[in-house]
Amino acid sequence: MSVKDVFIVIDNILSPLGKTTAENFGQLKNNISGVKLHNDESLSSTPFYASLFDKDEILIADGSEFTKFEQLLIASISVALQNTAIDIKDKKTILIISSTKGNISLLETEANSPALENRIAMSTSAKLVAGHFGFQNQPVTISNACISGVMALLTGMRLLRTGEYENAVICGADVISKFIVSGFQSFQALSNDICKPFDKARTGLNLGEGAATVVLSTNKRFEGNIKIKGGAVSNDANHISGPSRTGEELAYAIKKAMKDADLGSNNIDFISAHGTATIYNDEMEANAIGLAGLQDVPLNSLKGYYGHTLGAAGLIESVISIHSLKESLLIATPGFEHLGVTSPVNVCASLTHINAGNFLKTASGFGGCNAAVVIGK
Amino acid sequence: MIAENYITNTCSIFNDTVHKNDLNAFENKGADLSAFLLSAYQHFQFHYPKFYKMDNLSKLGWLASEILLKDDFSKYNYQPEEIGVVLANSNSSLDNDLKYSDTLKDIPSPSVFVYTLPNIVIGEICIRNNFKGEHAFFIQESFNAGFIAQQVNYLLDNNILQACICGWVDVLEQHYKATLFLVEKKKEEKSLLFSAENMERIFNKA
Repeated sequence: MSVKDVFIVIDNILSPLGKTTAENFGQLKNNISGVKLHNDESLSSTPFYASLFDKDEILIADGSEFTKFEQLLIASISVALQNTAIDIKDKKTILIISSTKGNISLLETEANSPALENRIAMSTSAKLVAGHFGFQNQPVTISNACISGVMALLTGMRLLRTGEYENAVICGADVISKFIVSGFQSFQALSNDICKPFDKARTGLNLGEGAATVVLSTNKRFEGNIKIKGGAVSNDANHISGPSRTGEELAYAIKKAMKDADLGSNNIDFISAHGTATIYNDEMEANAIGLAGLQDVPLNSLKGYYGHTLGAAGLIESVISIHSLKESLLIATPGFEHLGVTSPVNVCASLTHINAGNFLKTASGFGGCNAAVVIGK
Repeated sequence: MIAENYITNTCSIFNDTVHKNDLNAFENKGADLSAFLLSAYQHFQFHYPKFYKMDNLSKLGWLASEILLKDDFSKYNYQPEEIGVVLANSNSSLDNDLKYSDTLKDIPSPSVFVYTLPNIVIGEICIRNNFKGEHAFFIQESFNAGFIAQQVNYLLDNNILQACICGWVDVLEQHYKATLFLVEKKKEEKSLLFSAENMERIFNKA
């Protein structure tokens, strides 16, 4: 089967650090983090570190009919589409949405009823967002824990490769609510400081809010653009809330993604890791990177800038990495000082000039899921 | 030319009844969902202590997968990475999300929180069978057989997988439905062509 090239047309990041990719990349270049100490009773009875939008931040004008989750999707997609020639209303264009918890915060503010249950459903949000922009096809919605964003990119690439669609607008978003904060607290997974990915002193993750959009196309007029070249997903088949002991399964996904991209480990110039800064994730991920022969490849984790943005994380981190390729600048890993994983990895601690052709993006999550994609020139 | 793929087994659990392929395999009218799921587990004489700690979505999906695979499927015909799971539903994990939300007034429970993701049912099926291949969980307003068929065909036709469990597993309070299809590349006597039409026909019969 001949594989069509899938080009990245345009992208957006909407986060507490900025409303455009350029604003976000600029903040990261200046080593500015969105993670701060929050003292908000509506989210947690104890103070916690997270990257959150200001409560009074206006995401879209006249947004009252949309939930915050939907406003994030709409705002990010709107900015991404401002300067593209992609025809949203074309039958060849598909919308793909990724999220872990969507509208779940509504459970905290509304009384439960069948109408509320329907309002919470991600398919309701997907339909509203698709209708807002005038997409013709039924949107695709992915909810696969913390790999949702990477899986959305992979799903978009595959749908375009089959030729059924020419363009895919892929957007991921998550909103941080008491539901989510309390759950991670119950797992004792939250760091009591800005998180420290791959560091000896890491104690857990920070949560974050945000959205990101990537527009893909197989149209030849985008030839010369950066491409999404391959990807794969695997399952640990080990534990629903703890990662693999060996990292073999993530390593398998990484190797399959490189093979799908027709590239070897020597072609990968940097890695955008999941790097949540929990003890077990980073240990497993370092093992996997070693097993895939990538232990010397420069690697970063952006969780110290954005926190873990759940269903948006894979997209936000991919977009930053796409701009690292364009600007030859590998973003730092805030919080990292001393390597604290058994299998050594080459963590990029400060902003570094890099001449890169391809990068690997990885993600792992509850349910034993792992995903990897390769993006490059 | 791309080879055809076949549905080699099906299992539906709906309306107090378990169907395996075309046969009515178990019925227990009038029980609430938790009691019904437990009675099915006992009827088929499964022994899997993890079942008891699962939420209803995982119990329903796990039971459907066990019944789907129990007669003539040997996972040893495949490598762990060659078997995948592609599922969809309309209510995500909302059934358990409501239960977790109730615990917020008290002490939030990590063992309830972990089930607040729809793909945990895929994790449970993978752990049970040591399936390590591709998987995905999609949210759909209603069962979109064409989309699932396209996703699974891509995985099989590109040799990313050799066998795949796919279908629908949805629970919200007392409303539930599961229809799973085992899709393989080999044609057996009872095999059906893996097509959206055949999937819909089986889904709607349940």
